[in-house]
Amino acid sequence: MTDGTREILRVSDLRTYFPVRSRGIIPRTIGQVKAVDGIDLAILSGETLGLVGESGSGKTTVARSVLLLVRPTGGRIEIDGQEITGLSSRALMSVRRKAQMIFQDPYNALNPRHTVGGIISAPFRIQGVEPPGGVKAAVQELMERVGMNPEHYNRYPNEFSGGQRQRIGIARAIALRPKLIVCDEPVSALDVSIQAQIINLLRDLQREFGVAYLFVAHDLAVVRQISHRVSVMYLGHIMETAPRRVIYSAPLHPYTHSLLSAVPIPDPKRQRERARIVLQGDLPSPINPPSGCVFRTRCFQAQEHCAVEVPPLVEIASGHWVACHFPVATLPAGMLTGRVALAAQPDVPVRRPQPVHGQAHQ
Amino acid sequence: MTTTGESLDRPFLSVTDLAVAFPTEDGLVRAVDGVSFSIERGRTLAIVGESGSGKSVTAQAIMGLINRRAASVSGEIWLDGQELVGLPEDEVQALRGSQMAMIFQDPMSSLHPFYRIGDQITEAIRVHRNVGPAAARREAIEMLRRVGIPAVERRVDDYPHQLSGGMRQRVMIAMALINSPALLIADEPTTALDVTVQAQILELISTLKADFGTTVILITHDLGIVADVADEVAVMYGGRIVEVAPTEVLYNRPEMPYTLGLLSSVPRMDRELPERLDPIPGNPPSPINLPIGCVFQPRCNYSDRVADGACSSRRPDLVATAPDHLVRCHLPAQERREISINVLRVLAGGAQ
Repeated sequence: MTDGTREILRVSDLRTYFPVRSRGIIPRTIGQVKAVDGIDLAILSGETLGLVGESGSGKTTVARSVLLLVRPTGGRIEIDGQEITGLSSRALMSVRRKAQMIFQDPYNALNPRHTVGGIISAPFRIQGVEPPGGVKAAVQELMERVGMNPEHYNRYPNEFSGGQRQRIGIARAIALRPKLIVCDEPVSALDVSIQAQIINLLRDLQREFGVAYLFVAHDLAVVRQISHRVSVMYLGHIMETAPRRVIYSAPLHPYTHSLLSAVPIPDPKRQRERARIVLQGDLPSPINPPSGCVFRTRCFQAQEHCAVEVPPLVEIASGHWVACHFPVATLPAGMLTGRVALAAQPDVPVRRPQPVHGQAHQ
Repeated sequence: MTTTGESLDRPFLSVTDLAVAFPTEDGLVRAVDGVSFSIERGRTLAIVGESGSGKSVTAQAIMGLINRRAASVSGEIWLDGQELVGLPEDEVQALRGSQMAMIFQDPMSSLHPFYRIGDQITEAIRVHRNVGPAAARREAIEMLRRVGIPAVERRVDDYPHQLSGGMRQRVMIAMALINSPALLIADEPTTALDVTVQAQILELISTLKADFGTTVILITHDLGIVADVADEVAVMYGGRIVEVAPTEVLYNRPEMPYTLGLLSSVPRMDRELPERLDPIPGNPPSPINLPIGCVFQPRCNYSDRVADGACSSRRPDLVATAPDHLVRCHLPAQERREISINVLRVLAGGAQ
């Protein structure tokens, strides 16, 4: 982190709902998908906030809402101190200079009919910026910076592999030296050897330019490699936010525990001896989420109270926020022996022995 | 591997010098270029590789799913004493689903969107066995229960679109296992799923494997999953197998520089955080224009240690470095082991 105090992004009570319409000649709105339902987060300059969650958790909707690629239903978004939800498209132009995006699919994020040079120079064109030394020189410098051959300036995206295309997307995103880049699953479509190259590149660029990242991904190991802090999302809500080390070594939310224990580690001996929690069933429908805590239907800690009251996100220790009525520091003893075979009866709530409630240490 | 012996001393599945090539406008794509391996009954072999390594095409060739008009398939594939390459299509069809079955990354590639899941499984039973409709339906319901479909009596008449991704994956597994195939090929079975659902599916595959004694070929790019379920691992690169070893050996004493590169590239949660990842430089080779010598040479950090530029001129063979450990590399074994020890030491550097 370079300048550790300035807030580049602040999101308060962000809500993004999508209408569910009935079929027929005259569609009526019959419900809402609460994809993002009241989340708060902040990112400092030069910092990376990892946003993890499973599909349907709303993490991608957060990424898109932050840059107003989808219009939020409510809440505030401040980029570099400026509230943007009320801005017109014209006024948003100047904000987009400060905040850019990198997409998951390097195949669909680039216009196949434009050359690499055309794609990377688009931000200069759109924003009316004339870089010193001319656009072409600036673009070639960017290409070199992201590890591409600047002589490929006139080639088309289809001449490049997925990893190279992602580099093009990154060059375009950093062209105007933004203060924030929203990265939506930037490496999940890439092979592991290429994935590591891109992660290293993103880190190097952060060191060099002090750019902040909102790094949205489902791969917890990747997020750990790049993030300073991590937020865990589930069904439109943030369950836990903490510094990286705390999330990975001392999580308190039962969902974070489950998620971490489900990631297989590339070490045969340890992986086979490891305790893991196999969660029951699937994510509930976001059209009709559970009452109270949205995670309670799959939670090994759930009690009656969890169905009644939504747990607020509270700061349990400095910088460690948890939304849970019964946080746990260590897993109940019964869950720590080898493979936890709960998989046989999904969708059936399992009664666990009364767990020991977490002493929120630290 | 035996040479000409009786089927009795042949391994359950043995693949010898398998090659699959697709002619295209740009040239001949050698997707699989001389692959040999064998599996004993009841074991799990993982085939690991990145996209374009030829792992899926190898699986499709075993299943007889390569269109013979679009590609040439050569080599030998012996399954339980029967040669599959060159077998007439109707005989392969009879084996598929009964002796061998396959599950895919996308369950909708196996499930028909217009038919109820119960009917699809019932049909799979009745195509291969002489079972009445009522008995077949009972069997289908029982299998769906086995794979963990909740409220089976109600769900059996659902259409695929009414189920979640994880549930569809279970239905596909039920359909693959309904005729107790001796061989199950799972091609990236959990790649499209979330980690918590992936954990459920892997748990399910290992339970079913234990119950039915199925032999499994698991195709994946995820070294964590391999560590979890495989007995042996074959690493593929550029259409060739570059290393084969028991799982423990592959992770603790790998010898091929590509395998080391893969292990170094993966960010992992069980180690102290490295300052940077150590990726393999460059990009995978084009299958139309494979390097002449070792396919990995252009990205290998150690090829300059081999005399006479052999790595870029001569194709290395897959050679035993220990009885069950094969490596395709020109480096002397001693030197490979030293490199491996050093790389793994750096990787484990911060281990708690």
